[in-house]
Amino acid sequence: MSETKRKGIFADILIYIVLLIGAVFMIAPLIWMLTTSFKEREDVFALPPEWIPDPWVFEKYVEIWEKGPLLQGITNSVIVAVSVTIIGTLTSSLAAFAFSKLRFPGKDYIFLGLLASLMIPYPAVMIPQFMMFSKAGWVDTLLPLIIPGLFGNIFMIFFLRQYLMSVPNAIIEAAKIDGASYFGIFTSITFPLIKPAIAAQLILWFMGIWNDYLAPIIYLNSPEKQTLQLVIANYNATYAIQTDYPLIMAASIIALLPMLIVFLIFQKQIIESVAISGVKG
Amino acid sequence: MKTKSNLYRKEKYYGYLFILPPVLGFLIFALFPALYSLWGSFTDWDGLGRMDFIGLANYKELLADEQFHKALFNTFYLMLGIPVGLALALMLALSLNRGKFGTTTFRVIYYVPVISSLAAISILWQWAYNGDYGLVNQFLEIFGIEGPNWLANKHTVKPAIIIMTVWKGLGYSMLLYLAALQSVPRSYYEAADLDGANALQKLRHITWPMVQPVTFFIVVTSIIGGSQIFTEINIMTPTGGTEYSSATVVFYVWQKAFGNLQMGYASAMAAVLGLFIFVVTLIQFKLDKSSDNHD
Repeated sequence: MSETKRKGIFADILIYIVLLIGAVFMIAPLIWMLTTSFKEREDVFALPPEWIPDPWVFEKYVEIWEKGPLLQGITNSVIVAVSVTIIGTLTSSLAAFAFSKLRFPGKDYIFLGLLASLMIPYPAVMIPQFMMFSKAGWVDTLLPLIIPGLFGNIFMIFFLRQYLMSVPNAIIEAAKIDGASYFGIFTSITFPLIKPAIAAQLILWFMGIWNDYLAPIIYLNSPEKQTLQLVIANYNATYAIQTDYPLIMAASIIALLPMLIVFLIFQKQIIESVAISGVKG
Repeated sequence: MKTKSNLYRKEKYYGYLFILPPVLGFLIFALFPALYSLWGSFTDWDGLGRMDFIGLANYKELLADEQFHKALFNTFYLMLGIPVGLALALMLALSLNRGKFGTTTFRVIYYVPVISSLAAISILWQWAYNGDYGLVNQFLEIFGIEGPNWLANKHTVKPAIIIMTVWKGLGYSMLLYLAALQSVPRSYYEAADLDGANALQKLRHITWPMVQPVTFFIVVTSIIGGSQIFTEINIMTPTGGTEYSSATVVFYVWQKAFGNLQMGYASAMAAVLGLFIFVVTLIQFKLDKSSDNHD
């Protein structure tokens, strides 16, 4: 008894050491990023490295707003992410409702066809898409980043459909016979039922758009049109030559912070819905 | 009876109405461009008006294009991080699964890089890999090792990017493994305990087979994602690295299409990439089906 118990405690300690070392490796670069943003330019090159800034300076967080279109970048990212996720979530959830609860011929084939689009990678369609949007005169505007998303998101439709499959049909059938409108059934019965699933999917989608880089770099040229991720990449390219790393890190922290806050608030829902995607995926 | 059929007609009508946006989106932004891109790959498309059919000329050129070979090689090389990430993720998930307290905190810490902006993370690591005062070399100095200038050296740039991508994706794989581990019935281990199985045997004969679908899922999604790696390369090595040592397929497609306006040639590369991903996905479907049959 005591032999196995001692073994168990030993194993527990070992496991915590492994987890702690892992956690240090995961978090250390980010902490370094944060503390660097509070340093003076010269202190960045101190050997051995200073983990705690001496002195703490907060100027960089003032400077970043003057050194480039950071605020405009945030605004642009918010415009894209909010418009796409709000409207795209509505279209996606209506489609998921139709695919799971309404009867019409050919719906399973259509759904499979939509799923096939998951096999088409963005790089395989980006060139003709670019030509289409350039014909429309939309290059260097946010529209090419917004318009495709408004039509819905296949991933979201897939997960919401799965989720709705487990909701009993009886209530919906009863409402149909009562003569409720289909949009009414969706808003008053279906939507409240799938709200938690929608919320998690919406957050994940929002994060994906917020962090997107390839599509923005293709379409956006003028500094005042760029999304936040492009703006910080330009800060990096411009100010690295002047070795102004505190400035670059401060701007990067700003780019990272909103999603970090969202994650910390909703970490339970996010982690759960990601975990489900793997098990069911 | 009549009202019932009316009801059904109305239902049909609304069904099509509700799925119309994603279907249209699919046709306009996925199917049409994909087919157009395929057609473009057989032309000398320059994006300015010329688009003449030139047969397989682009594909023949690809076979001889040394830069494309490098990009292809680099892209596959960078996937070496997948098994490393898997092993680490499983190890961490096993530890977390056993852990009695702090599980949530660890899970959050490991997941922070996953949700972080890839651009910001690339900027951070670009600097961490700086030869003179980067974090990585300063860490190595503790052990008396003099590190190279990671991103400028053609031999170290790919391992450097691999380390970064493993670091960034670890939390995601770990989370999936953890969910899978939590669904393994305790009774399996209890039965194994009665049979006197040791920890390694339990790992090999119970845990590993039970988490196999997740392993498979992670491998497939990592291959699909890895074959499209771009942002890290674009930020950390804006020119594609010394002697093109870190350029990837998508990086090269991007350069050719939007830098040189060789849209036809870039489309041929995109078609090769699309075909590769299509095959990987098909294999996933096939194997998924056959593993379903075993259950």
